[in-house]
Amino acid sequence: MIEAIDLWKSFGDNHVLRGVSLRVAPGTTYVVLGGSGSGKTVLLKHVIGLLKPDRGSVRVGDAEISALEGRALTEARRSFGMVFQGAALFDSMTVLENVAFPLREKRRDVRLDEVRRRVVEKLAVVDLGEEVLDRYPAELSGGMRKRVALARALVSDPRVVLYDEPTTGLDPLTTDSVDQMIMAAKQRLGITSMVISHDVASAFKVADRLAVLYDGRLAAEGTPAQVRASTDPFVQRFLSTWFAKQ
Amino acid sequence: MMPGMRRLAAILEDFGRMIFFGFEAFAWAVRPPFRPELVLAQMAFIGAGSVFIVGVTGIFTGMVLALQMNYALRQFAAEGYVGGSVAFSLARELAPVLTALMVTGRAGSAIATELGTMRVTEQLDAMESMAVSPIQYLVVPRIVAAVTMVPLLTMVFDTLGYLGAWVMGIFVAGIPEGPFLEHTRGFLDPGDLLHGLLKALLFGGVIALISTWRGYAASGGARGVGEGTTRAVVTSSIAILVTDYAVTLVALGGRG
Ligand SMILES: Nc1ncnc2c1ncn2[C@@H]1O[C@H](COP(=O)(O)OP(=O)(O)O)[C@@H](O)[C@H]1O
Ligand SMILES: [Mg+2]
Repeated sequence: MIEAIDLWKSFGDNHVLRGVSLRVAPGTTYVVLGGSGSGKTVLLKHVIGLLKPDRGSVRVGDAEISALEGRALTEARRSFGMVFQGAALFDSMTVLENVAFPLREKRRDVRLDEVRRRVVEKLAVVDLGEEVLDRYPAELSGGMRKRVALARALVSDPRVVLYDEPTTGLDPLTTDSVDQMIMAAKQRLGITSMVISHDVASAFKVADRLAVLYDGRLAAEGTPAQVRASTDPFVQRFLSTWFAKQ
Repeated sequence: MMPGMRRLAAILEDFGRMIFFGFEAFAWAVRPPFRPELVLAQMAFIGAGSVFIVGVTGIFTGMVLALQMNYALRQFAAEGYVGGSVAFSLARELAPVLTALMVTGRAGSAIATELGTMRVTEQLDAMESMAVSPIQYLVVPRIVAAVTMVPLLTMVFDTLGYLGAWVMGIFVAGIPEGPFLEHTRGFLDPGDLLHGLLKALLFGGVIALISTWRGYAASGGARGVGEGTTRAVVTSSIAILVTDYAVTLVALGGRG
């Protein structure tokens, strides 16, 4: 479903990706773990074509995302949803307008009560009630903003959802509910997900496969059990911070 | 490379990217879906929202010009020409240039800040990820609105400026109203007004292109947004003056 082949990306002298390859099978959840500034967001932005690789390619379904431009790229993105690190809600729009945005832009003749119905339905999935509909993002807590962003990513029923640090900065209960949502999206809707995270606990809970990004490459890659058994020193250290607590 | 050369290269590269961005905006502008409601909202912000500041600037400019001209022309006993000269200066130069500078300060800075903030908080990326082009959704309406509203605001400036001159000329300087209006009619031809409005249209495009680009290309958090806004205002102001000079030169050259 998602396939990245030998991705290289530099910003000037900053060599962020140095040969990353991975494959996400349809209907599964793939987690990429890595420290801050390791290039996780950069990797995710290549999958949705917001960044172009210096070398290598990205395919999603039948589309070679890394080779598309302009309108073709815009069309290819219709099957995606993405949850951004800082939620990235439009701050000039209410919650209703934010979540309705992908629906209204996809089909401009869609009826308003129909839009509202679907927005309320998706907000319910992320545990938000109708009372937030008319609020602006600035009036919401960080956790609520993240959940609204999730609702916005899911509202147009995408086949692929990309999550950029969905649980960072959330309290343990909300973290757990976000994890549940990612798993539910897979089980109930058959969505293919790619999750970028530095939250080891969440990662091992939701992942079918996972990888650890370090120094521009994947230091370990495989099923959770395989990654946990990795002998790579960085991977060992990275995972031990959490597994030590168990 | 020497640091100076490198800086020049960076400026030229940025300029090239801005021009490319302008062509992209044009391509998106002529392609559906069209979003008239967004254009109207920007027209209200850039146009209606600037009427007050442009009007005030216009009245005071007209009043000052009338007093100055009266002082100069009276020495040749030619104060009857005050109305005509004020109208001529306003129509061809002062109204379009001062209107554009006011719009830059008020709307250009706001546009650069808004788009810059959306860039650094990933709202532009989010929009793109939802298969909507931020150029089409955000940039095009602002350019269309500026290109149409700056000429309209210039007309407001022309009108109120002349009104200010009339009040000063007739009631303060004591110029007889007959010659004041008569010479205006004789001196100012519609071509002068059109010349000013054509400039205003160009200025509107220049302001919108520079301000949206500085927002769209912003990077580096709140500080980057602030720098982008400052650059938008400074660059737009200079670009207005340079464009004004170029158009005047070409127009006067055409007259022989
Ligand atoms: N658009 C960009 N221009 C220049 N450098 C960038 C850009 N995006 C990311 N970087 C750099 O790439 C590196 C990885 O960033 P990022 O992927 O955001 O890290 P993280 O793993 O925390 O998500 C950082 O050093 C960052 O400064
Ligand atoms: Mg990141």
